[in-house]
Amino acid sequence: MSAVTERALAPRAAAPTRRGPSGERAVAVGSHTVLGIWSLLVLLPFAWTLVSSFKTTREIFASPFSLPQEWRFENYVNAWRTAGIGSYFLNSVVVVVCALALTMVMGAMSAYVLARFSFRGRTVLRYLVVAGLTFPVFLAVVPLFFILRQVGVLNTLPGLILSYATYAYPFTVFFLMSFFEELPGEVAEAASIDGASEWRTFFQVMLPMAGPGLAAVAILNFVGLWNQYLLPVVLNSDRDNYVLTQGLGAFASSSGYDVDFGALFAGAVMTILPVLVVYLVFQRRLQGAVAAGGLK
Amino acid sequence: MKTPAGPRRKLTFDRVSLVVVFLGIPVALYLLFVLYPFTQAAWYSLTSWSGFTATQEFVGLDNYVKLARDGLFLEAVGNSLVLLLVVPALTLVLSFALACLLTFGGSSTGAVRGLAGASFYRVVSFFPYVVPAIVVGIIFGRVYDPSAGLVNGVLTGVGLDRFTDFAWLGDPSTAMAATIAVIVWSFVGFYMVLFVAAIRGIPAEVFEAARLDGAGRFRTAVSVAVPGIAGSLRTAYVYLGIFALDAFVFLAALNPDGGPGNSTLVITQQIFTTAFKEGRFGLACAMGVLLAVLTFLFTGIVFGAGRVLARRGERTGPRGVRP
Repeated sequence: MSAVTERALAPRAAAPTRRGPSGERAVAVGSHTVLGIWSLLVLLPFAWTLVSSFKTTREIFASPFSLPQEWRFENYVNAWRTAGIGSYFLNSVVVVVCALALTMVMGAMSAYVLARFSFRGRTVLRYLVVAGLTFPVFLAVVPLFFILRQVGVLNTLPGLILSYATYAYPFTVFFLMSFFEELPGEVAEAASIDGASEWRTFFQVMLPMAGPGLAAVAILNFVGLWNQYLLPVVLNSDRDNYVLTQGLGAFASSSGYDVDFGALFAGAVMTILPVLVVYLVFQRRLQGAVAAGGLK
Repeated sequence: MKTPAGPRRKLTFDRVSLVVVFLGIPVALYLLFVLYPFTQAAWYSLTSWSGFTATQEFVGLDNYVKLARDGLFLEAVGNSLVLLLVVPALTLVLSFALACLLTFGGSSTGAVRGLAGASFYRVVSFFPYVVPAIVVGIIFGRVYDPSAGLVNGVLTGVGLDRFTDFAWLGDPSTAMAATIAVIVWSFVGFYMVLFVAAIRGIPAEVFEAARLDGAGRFRTAVSVAVPGIAGSLRTAYVYLGIFALDAFVFLAALNPDGGPGNSTLVITQQIFTTAFKEGRFGLACAMGVLLAVLTFLFTGIVFGAGRVLARRGERTGPRGVRP
């Protein structure tokens, strides 16, 4: 411990701008120390949540740090059944998968046309779509509530899917337009000389070529849609149709003082797990997409 | 107007049908579910609509006058402004500092090198971004728990006994700070990844030149990295500001009722309560319009200031880099 502190403090002692090799190493050690502390700050709450998810509520309150006396999976069973996490999970999967498919299809088609076709009003349409990125969603939710009711899909999964997809649409189009713009025109021309229709050119030639861009947007959208909270809370008040984030939020706040905290922690773990798996599998691609999207 | 793809081509059924279907259906849905509600909100804000009557009574600017005199709403606006000022500033400073440590915090005897194991830190730091915000809120609600929480457990563990039962989220003097800490915590990794990419985009020669001039790492960060990624910083500032004005999910999870003495009540929570709990939809829409105005003002100021600074930079030449 003391060796680490000493070395961490060393760069300050050797402050002058030109350092010898030992000073250089001290800088690296200092960087590692700061980043290590930060990583600990990030990981500790999650590790604590994971451990707590195996404890009884009594154990959680008796000593927040100790390991559970025995590793119980009852909390997971309770959360899955009693708190309804199981059915919320299923709803989330249905809503997110459908909305993701819908927004990807709509976004790719629109981005393709807006990027590669010239027609009257194209610039206006581009602005109209990008404008959707800048408005605060809170301004729209009240009227959206009534529109969904009029269409007859308020408090239903299809209504939620449509809302998810249309609110993810502007970002998807915005991101994909640049991908389609950069695709070489010669390939499309070659396809058309070979007698392919515009439709066929899109589905069989251009769409596959935009694959990396589509994948990046799909992952970003998956994370965003899986984590969505406001839209379901406003537009989906039927308990049977709750999605995971909404169900967990209701579970945390509804039961008041006799919350089953073990089950709450278990529910949190189960909500995190799918995105965590997707993240760890695709982290390189996801971080690349964030970096590419954020610098524009 | 011509596309980069080539000259305007013949209008065939094939081509027209593609444009109509590919653009028509999605845009129609987008107009109906996204853009139409935004314009409707502006109209509702001028009515006294409760949401349950068939017609909406036009009341002009009454709702806005009401809000100007509504002490609770003004408190919420004040808290939102605090978030708007503090959250982006803290997040940007912290994520930029960590990004610098990752990109040129490594040991080097010539060229500036990144840190060994940087990818581990990147993967870990980004993790909170993929966790649903509501879950982050719920977890930290427990982390801050007075008697069984992680924070007080650590603090009493190192001997600070006065924190034995301290209610971070239940005390008006700490509730907002504790909330801000959670929001910043969840966003730092995301912007760190963004800035690492941006710093890597700065030409290596610029770093070499600064190094040859004898600039230390801190000086390099301030004089080379900051101007080099100014565009990314500004974009990040705008995103964070817009987000800080929303922040509904975190606040709903940490302090659903607005915190002790309304110390963490924000505009979006008031919109939600006014619309869906009190059934005053006209008034809620007026709040929404004010939120939008605030958002646009903020965005305009950031981009406007950025432009002025850039112009001044052109006149005097870039600072920190030798001509």
